[in-house]
Amino acid sequence: MTRLAVLRSAPPTAWFGLLVLTVVALLALFAPFAAPYGEREVVAGPFEVWSESHWLGTDNLGRDMLSRLIWGARNTIGMALLTTMIAFVVGAATGLLAGTVGGWADRLLAWIVDVIMAMPSLILALLLISIFGASTAMLIGIIAAIEATRVFRLSRAVAMNITVMEYLDAARLRGESLPSILWREVLPNASAPLVAEFGLRFCFVFLFVSSLSFLGLGIQPPTADWGSMVRDNATLITYGDVTPLLPAAAIALVTVSVNLVVDWVLHRSSGLKD
Amino acid sequence: MSGGLARMIAVRIGLGALTLLLISGLIFGAMGLLPGDVAEAILGQNRTPETVAALRTQLGLDQPAWSRYLDWIGGMLTGDFGKSLASGRPVADLIGGRLVNTLSLAAYAALISVPLSIALGILAALYRGRLADRGISIGALTAISMPDFFVAYVMIFLFAVTWGLLPSLAAVTPDAGLGEWLYRATLPALALTLATSAHMLRMTRASIVNVLASPYVEMAKLKGLTPSRVVVRHALPNALAPIINVVAVNLAFLIVGVVVVETVFVYPGLGQLLVDSVAARDVPVVQAACLIFAAAYVSLNLLADILAILTNPRLRTAR
Repeated sequence: MTRLAVLRSAPPTAWFGLLVLTVVALLALFAPFAAPYGEREVVAGPFEVWSESHWLGTDNLGRDMLSRLIWGARNTIGMALLTTMIAFVVGAATGLLAGTVGGWADRLLAWIVDVIMAMPSLILALLLISIFGASTAMLIGIIAAIEATRVFRLSRAVAMNITVMEYLDAARLRGESLPSILWREVLPNASAPLVAEFGLRFCFVFLFVSSLSFLGLGIQPPTADWGSMVRDNATLITYGDVTPLLPAAAIALVTVSVNLVVDWVLHRSSGLKD
Repeated sequence: MSGGLARMIAVRIGLGALTLLLISGLIFGAMGLLPGDVAEAILGQNRTPETVAALRTQLGLDQPAWSRYLDWIGGMLTGDFGKSLASGRPVADLIGGRLVNTLSLAAYAALISVPLSIALGILAALYRGRLADRGISIGALTAISMPDFFVAYVMIFLFAVTWGLLPSLAAVTPDAGLGEWLYRATLPALALTLATSAHMLRMTRASIVNVLASPYVEMAKLKGLTPSRVVVRHALPNALAPIINVVAVNLAFLIVGVVVVETVFVYPGLGQLLVDSVAARDVPVVQAACLIFAAAYVSLNLLADILAILTNPRLRTAR
């Protein structure tokens, strides 16, 4: 099937997901052009209602809500994506290596990861933030380290399933080097579950970052971010204004969309028989 | 046979205790990961050699790490959690009442969410592929994808602001009666319920659908039993082990959800204390709260393991 035919065969739910993600990605990429006002620009009085000049009103400091929503897409999604990638590169590399090589180093790593995973990730993150502080670089490092343990566990299991295959015995007997075995034998066969895991892991990281920001411990002001936008404007809800719910709804929308696309990818990679 | 069972459970409990010990080491040792030391990091730009030295003594940093760890863990076991850096009050005083609040909120949420999600899961399995099932499944998937605070604020918007049924702030006081407490804690409990039910519901549905595919269920159907009898009498008992397991695991998720929900509703619980202490970088309070949360989490997972062994005879003979 050509790429176009693959896309055409996608169910409406996957189409919806792809459409939403494309629009959000474009808005995030071109935030400086798409947003009517600047990210930190105070343009009016605080908590103004929806109007011609400010479609979604203004926030607690008089900044344009719509603009901050668009800038927030760039910051929140960008940070979640970067964190997921780091977690993935570190977790998948060590996991695949440990699962392929085995031995005491593998056991030790798996055991350490088990201990770390025995703690709820939010609690561990809060502990580390209280020690290291909540600068953006620290946050990315902390969340990436925590999520990398989850990726490690999955990629190790996947690699262990592959190492018992005959083509791997053949590769070893041919005298292929370890990097070559990893790159040419293990990685291609591990790619399907890893791609799906990337999508799900992104959702976790995205919700994680947003929750931390909402708690005031994530992305720090004045940077626009969907989680802290909810926190800053929450008082409006008690006056019956839905505006503070919009960033939260945006978080839910992006997560649902990624889930829908991942479902489709999983279904395609596992259900090609039907 | 029962001796083997008891030994198996004892081994699990021992492993759980070992895990907890390692976690306590992790919580304590994390402080040592910082380049320099915690005293300098906490005081930040405004530090002077004198304040750093004073804080070091207060934190016990002038003693070797292993002896500090033994002091700390010994104190934890005897209820002496040290002193808060921010207020100077004993951590035990700060935690005491809040722990009770958090536990009662979690119990309240569990009382609603466990029966609800199992009932809906059975319903979805019963009407598999039909409209009711689709609706329930899509609802569950949506609930999983939403951040906890979104669920909580939507509920505040609907129940507190639009309909005016329940208060939006759950500032319970210790001397309030049960009725008052229920009135104030219902909305947070409902928010927690929504945040945790989806997983339980999906697992219940999946395990019952799984059992429904087995030959003895087909036999029961061929005997002409009603669908509800097939599900409740034949499928449910065999699906019970995974369901009990997922219930216990999800109660452990409550612990994470509680941190966010307490912040939204300004509920005076341990989660809110943890968040405030992290913001203030009050390390002793954070460590104590983290250890309590981790202990609850590990115990619930341990409970899930043990219940799985007890309800599934096949697990008893393995290994």
